[in-house]
Amino acid sequence: MTSLRRRVVSRIAEIFCAISVLIALLPLALILFYVIKEGMGAVNLAFFTQMPKPVGEAGGGMGNAIAGTLILIGIAALLAVPIGVICGIHLSEYPKTKFTSFVRFAADVLNGVPSIVVGIFAYGIAVLPVKRFSAIAGGIALAILMLPIVIRTTEELLRLVPTGLREGALALGASRSRAVFTVILPAALPGILTGILVALARVAGETAPLLFTSFNNRFWSTNLAQPIASLTVQVFTYAISPYEDWHRQAWAGAFLLVMIILALSMIARFAVRRLERMNRP
Amino acid sequence: MNSPKITVRDFNFYYGSAKVLHGITLDVPENQVTALIGPSGCGKSTFVRSINRMNDIIPDAHGEGTVLIDGKNVYGRETDVVELRRRVGMVFQKSNPFPKSIFDNVAYGLRINGTKNKRDLAEVVEKSLTRAALWDEVKDRLHNSAFALSGGQQQRLCIARALAIDPEILLMDEPASALDPIATTKIEELIYELKSNYTIVIVTHNMQQAARVSDRTAFFMLGKLIEYGDTKTIFMTPKEKMTEDYVTGRFG
Amino acid sequence: MSVRRSDDRWFRIGTGAFAALVLLVVAGIGFELTRQSMLSIEKFGFSFWKGTTWDPVSGEFGALPFIWGTLYSAILALLLATPIALGIAVFISELSPRALRLPLAYLTELLAAIPSIVYGLWGIFVLVPIIRKLELITPPALKKFPLFKGPPLGVGMLSAAVILAIMVVPLTSSVAREILKNVPSTQREAAYALGATRWEAIKVAIGFGRTGIIGAIMLGFGRALGETMAVTMVIGNNPQVTTSLFAPQYTMAAVIANEFTEAADELYLHALIEIGLLLFIITIAINLISRVLVRKVTS
Repeated sequence: MTSLRRRVVSRIAEIFCAISVLIALLPLALILFYVIKEGMGAVNLAFFTQMPKPVGEAGGGMGNAIAGTLILIGIAALLAVPIGVICGIHLSEYPKTKFTSFVRFAADVLNGVPSIVVGIFAYGIAVLPVKRFSAIAGGIALAILMLPIVIRTTEELLRLVPTGLREGALALGASRSRAVFTVILPAALPGILTGILVALARVAGETAPLLFTSFNNRFWSTNLAQPIASLTVQVFTYAISPYEDWHRQAWAGAFLLVMIILALSMIARFAVRRLERMNRP
Repeated sequence: MNSPKITVRDFNFYYGSAKVLHGITLDVPENQVTALIGPSGCGKSTFVRSINRMNDIIPDAHGEGTVLIDGKNVYGRETDVVELRRRVGMVFQKSNPFPKSIFDNVAYGLRINGTKNKRDLAEVVEKSLTRAALWDEVKDRLHNSAFALSGGQQQRLCIARALAIDPEILLMDEPASALDPIATTKIEELIYELKSNYTIVIVTHNMQQAARVSDRTAFFMLGKLIEYGDTKTIFMTPKEKMTEDYVTGRFG
Repeated sequence: MSVRRSDDRWFRIGTGAFAALVLLVVAGIGFELTRQSMLSIEKFGFSFWKGTTWDPVSGEFGALPFIWGTLYSAILALLLATPIALGIAVFISELSPRALRLPLAYLTELLAAIPSIVYGLWGIFVLVPIIRKLELITPPALKKFPLFKGPPLGVGMLSAAVILAIMVVPLTSSVAREILKNVPSTQREAAYALGATRWEAIKVAIGFGRTGIIGAIMLGFGRALGETMAVTMVIGNNPQVTTSLFAPQYTMAAVIANEFTEAADELYLHALIEIGLLLFIITIAINLISRVLVRKVTS
């Protein structure tokens, strides 16, 4: 007879594993619950259209912060997508050399750098020389954070494109660049777009690197060379303040942030699937 | 004649709703080698894995019917599957040693069953490796990794590992199919030596091997047992036409 | 013909240039961090890392409390997160019914998608009050131990460790799940055939992938080291070296986040950036080691 002890130990272990799933889902449920409960109530029209009121005055909104976040991730995308995709093209099209190993290594390193350190770098190259915080500096920091994700996604997806497609294009006399841009890249496009959206969702939630690059701005601003508000920094500022009303707005901001990230992930999943279906004959 | 070690009556097996074994009925005699032959996909592997209920780990797979070992039904409600598998050892087609030392591989079964004493372990490990005809080759490097052994040696290691927990029955699923001819011969010689102490059921797609090594042979096709009898009879004077076609190489 | 060949050559060089940019960025980060911390490096040398006084007013900068806080919080987080993360990985890949696999995996990914600031917000307003209550009901007998000394503020090492643990779990569990998926089923079969119980067979699988699982744990560690916002909002931001779970402490990332824009003089700024440099080096080292370990088992 198999010892009772062994069977009991096996059972207990299985139960522990099941419990750990519950333990992990508990904070998830709690966080989502609070964000929705506190945040949804505080979101109103004013939230979207108004600017923050001066300290002590109730009301106001985060219109400028919402715009700021969108502008920042726009700048980040503008910088990271071309660089990341082309780098990914190079890594996937050409055979392994010392150079490509170094580049992959660098992308891996970049992936693990804490975002605040990237912020310091962006500060050094974009804020210090002009002695001014700016949206561009923030965008640069976010772009660097996006880069490894875009590179990795692009490379992996280009590799998945069947070699038949590549050879077909080249056999018809297309140059490498033409083959890539007219045949291979379009085939991998839906997946690459997913990767970009995932990367955008990730950087939309970043706070630390913005603290001393794009800084913050109480007023509406679309000037890229000036500091700009962002949802994340605004939520932070409000959260650590002593004002009840600001706390309430912080929850609203968090709620909106989560919604934006969710929206980006959903778009990544569904609209991209549509594109895939269009691509196939 | 002694009562058979394994008695199978009207055994069916399903993967989900697909029936893959149809009413198998046979007796496996004690301390003899019984070979299962047949073309790919005929169900012989599925059948042999049903004896120690290894198919249980496949979701949606289930068997019905009677499989008696020493009179007790393996598919009965009170069957302790873990204990069953200790009594019925199995060797697989591709050797699968653990990423541990040679010693630890053989000792694994003993350790999980509670044997902790170093001397006891060492004794059984030596005995098992000797029985598996591997002791002389590894006695000086018991604590080297099992992966350092050749394919044939790894397979004999897996046999030693199975023998260490003192099973009564040894199931072998194409044990030599991944090995070169010399290693294969060693395994076949080993099987011949082992049968005096163990009841052996061996699945093989190699008919010459079945003819060389086994006392009884069962011919399977499409999940049905076509013919079962003395190896000599099956190969020289088969009763069924399908058996004759198969063993003379007309198909499969 | 030759047009195409030169076209190809320019394509290779052109795309290569963009790839080189990535190298430049990484090198740039290291270079810039060093350059911008020179003042501090030159003035304090090694004593920077041994000093425990962080007094910007008098110009005395000792970074030990931050190293302490970072390591302590990360290790505590690992202690909490690792068993749970491995339990989840084992459950999803070995125990759960097939239908539940994808939804469960998706839910754990959801935890990873929540931004740090939202964790921090939840931390301040939900977790900290809970921890504070916990601290209040701690029996005075326990409070004598250095582990539990300190006023029941709620903010402190315990809150930071809990929040970091929650954030680390999804990462470690998803990598561990990949590792377990790559363990050949023949290993488990061998164990079952020898009469192993379910848990014993799972242990064999974990043993086979142990290098990768260690890598997964280290990846979690690296994440915990670099986490900024959630930590700074719940840890209390007090640079002291203490083992007390209840005492407010400070991490490297947190001090940079809090004091960077207030650094009035260059030395102060350089001291902060020097801390950033150390953080950079440590996290790179850990990430690289863990990726090597993970790659060993998944290739």
